[in-house]
Amino acid sequence: MSQEMPKITPKTMYDKIWDNHVVEDHGNGVALLYIDRHLVHEVTSPQAFDGLRVAGRKIHRPDSIIAVPDHNVPTKDRNLPNPDPMSAAQLTALEANVKEFDLDYIPMDDVRQGIVHVVGPEQGFTQPGLTMVCGDSHTSTHGAFGALAFGIGTSEVEHVMATQTLQLRKSKNMRVSVTGTLPVGCSAKDVALAIIGTIGTGGGTAHVIEFAGPVIEALSMEGRMTLCNMAIEAGARAGLVAPDEKTFNYVKGRPYAPKGGQWEAAVNLWKSLRSEPGAYFDKEIIIEGSDIAPLVTWGTSPEDVVPITGLVPRINSFMDPAKQEAAEKALAYMGLKEGQAITDINVDRVFIGSCTNSRIEDIRDVAEIVKGRKVASSIIEALVVPGSGLVKEQAEAEGLDKILMDAGFEWREPGCSMCLAMNPDKAGAGEHVASTSNRNFVGRQGPGARTHLVSPAMAAAAALAGHFVDVRELMGRE
Amino acid sequence: MEKFTTVTSIATPFPRVNVDTDIIIPAKHLKSIKRTGFGEHAFETVRFDAEGNPIKDNVFDGERYKGARILITGDNFGCGSSREHAPWAIAELGFRCIIAPSFADIFAGNCVKNGILTVALPQEQVDALVVAAEAGHTLHVDLNDQTVRCENAFYEFDYNPSHKKMLLDGLDEVGQTLQSLVSIKSYEEKTKLMTPWLFRA
Repeated sequence: MSQEMPKITPKTMYDKIWDNHVVEDHGNGVALLYIDRHLVHEVTSPQAFDGLRVAGRKIHRPDSIIAVPDHNVPTKDRNLPNPDPMSAAQLTALEANVKEFDLDYIPMDDVRQGIVHVVGPEQGFTQPGLTMVCGDSHTSTHGAFGALAFGIGTSEVEHVMATQTLQLRKSKNMRVSVTGTLPVGCSAKDVALAIIGTIGTGGGTAHVIEFAGPVIEALSMEGRMTLCNMAIEAGARAGLVAPDEKTFNYVKGRPYAPKGGQWEAAVNLWKSLRSEPGAYFDKEIIIEGSDIAPLVTWGTSPEDVVPITGLVPRINSFMDPAKQEAAEKALAYMGLKEGQAITDINVDRVFIGSCTNSRIEDIRDVAEIVKGRKVASSIIEALVVPGSGLVKEQAEAEGLDKILMDAGFEWREPGCSMCLAMNPDKAGAGEHVASTSNRNFVGRQGPGARTHLVSPAMAAAAALAGHFVDVRELMGRE
Repeated sequence: MEKFTTVTSIATPFPRVNVDTDIIIPAKHLKSIKRTGFGEHAFETVRFDAEGNPIKDNVFDGERYKGARILITGDNFGCGSSREHAPWAIAELGFRCIIAPSFADIFAGNCVKNGILTVALPQEQVDALVVAAEAGHTLHVDLNDQTVRCENAFYEFDYNPSHKKMLLDGLDEVGQTLQSLVSIKSYEEKTKLMTPWLFRA
């Protein structure tokens, strides 16, 4: 008889975080999963609070929640009454609910207020190895820290509030590796768009994507957040990046971070989260980083990407008849012609902000391009909306606000703003918007608005030129 | 929640790919703090022109598919945001079952919570059902035996067993989970020792 060691199956990071949080295993990959942290905003929570009240239930762990208004908040004239009574009612409801249920709350006039997915990491609320949820699909952002973080609907918000758990079926493992190095002029946003362009908006459905490879490792925490933020645009349940020294340094010293002797224990735990060699991934994609160019979307789905040096695709270049029909509809909506050069698309409005690209690094990227230059006179409005009051404060300390305003940008208060146009920031029908947000869906930035998703540097370049332009032509001066 | 066992009805064909939740219910209509009132804005860009006038003969309002309780649509239906307002809006239009080649994860989860069955079938079967729906044929969807029947067609579909139980029983999921409170609390005692910094002192 041979004496074999018992076989231990190597685990992925997702497997480990999942296993660490199973409260009850119901078989067939279904489990009652413990949720460590919960972010709450004004749009998807009122009906959940109401549900608790109607059933006479309490919040199981109020200390697991931070609430902050972001979707509806105006980005200017905050001293005046909210121009939209419906928005005002939603903001008032949140304020009343956090008081009634005794939750940590960051009000609109607090310097820490901002987009929930910028605030969580900033406060050290986001940490490696945690399970995190929010009634917002871009909760995937927090995967940048190696947290299993995903968006949920309002019924699930209520479920997590009442039980601290969710009944979930485990997703499959997928790994997207980006090899080599990223060319100058490209950022995490271009990596995200390149991945979605490659695998499609359904490419990650039913999977959790681990992003790996030298390009990902080289990204800053801000860059990793941009990338994981858009994992949902690839259809994935969540995105993950293995935590490393950059992650630990980012978390250290923040208000919710472990302190004193607990810090060492936490870091040791976090270091054990990495996917093990030989771990099985149901799907593997490899993308060569040096092949990525600054990208622009031409259509109404985030997978409709094309390099800035490219052309609007021809409808017959799509094999699938359903895709051809979708492309035809998209071109009609976007007012574009097949074969048109991307650099020939005039831009009417510029939006720099959203949970994808509103962090300090994004604002620095924009300032670097526009310093000493002017926004084209044809641009109706060029907005920079920082992701939080703390980002705003930091940018102002670096003098970036001055550079942006001198160039002709508006410098606003933090919030979701024109990403989804729930507040007064909207684009008009037929207007082309160079936007650093995450979705170019029909009507997303206002009825009839035509959204082109780009990186902050590319949005800055488009603001200066009045049309899309290769940001690399504007770089390397001085 | 209303129980789901079978639904027998004509079906509305809407074979578009990547229908996102902004198409199902635009963000500007998410400002209500109630669960109702979203149906009138559902599929707004399909049903109304830029001036807000009804678009003639659209599949949702036309006489042809009036009373349909089944929606047949394209791949990756419900992609985009996590808003549960999307299934709320769809339910208010009268649909209890959606058939498509695939669904976005969060959307499919939200449907279960609202008594809507999502049936994923291979593209060619969905295509055949679109043709049948356009011809005005009646579809019969049975969750118990997980089948879709229409004329001579007979298709079987996969469905998550725990979701099936929820729909069949019309359960209050929170109440059900609270029966596991002992396991939840013992899990918490264990993690409090390992990661005390995650708990308020």
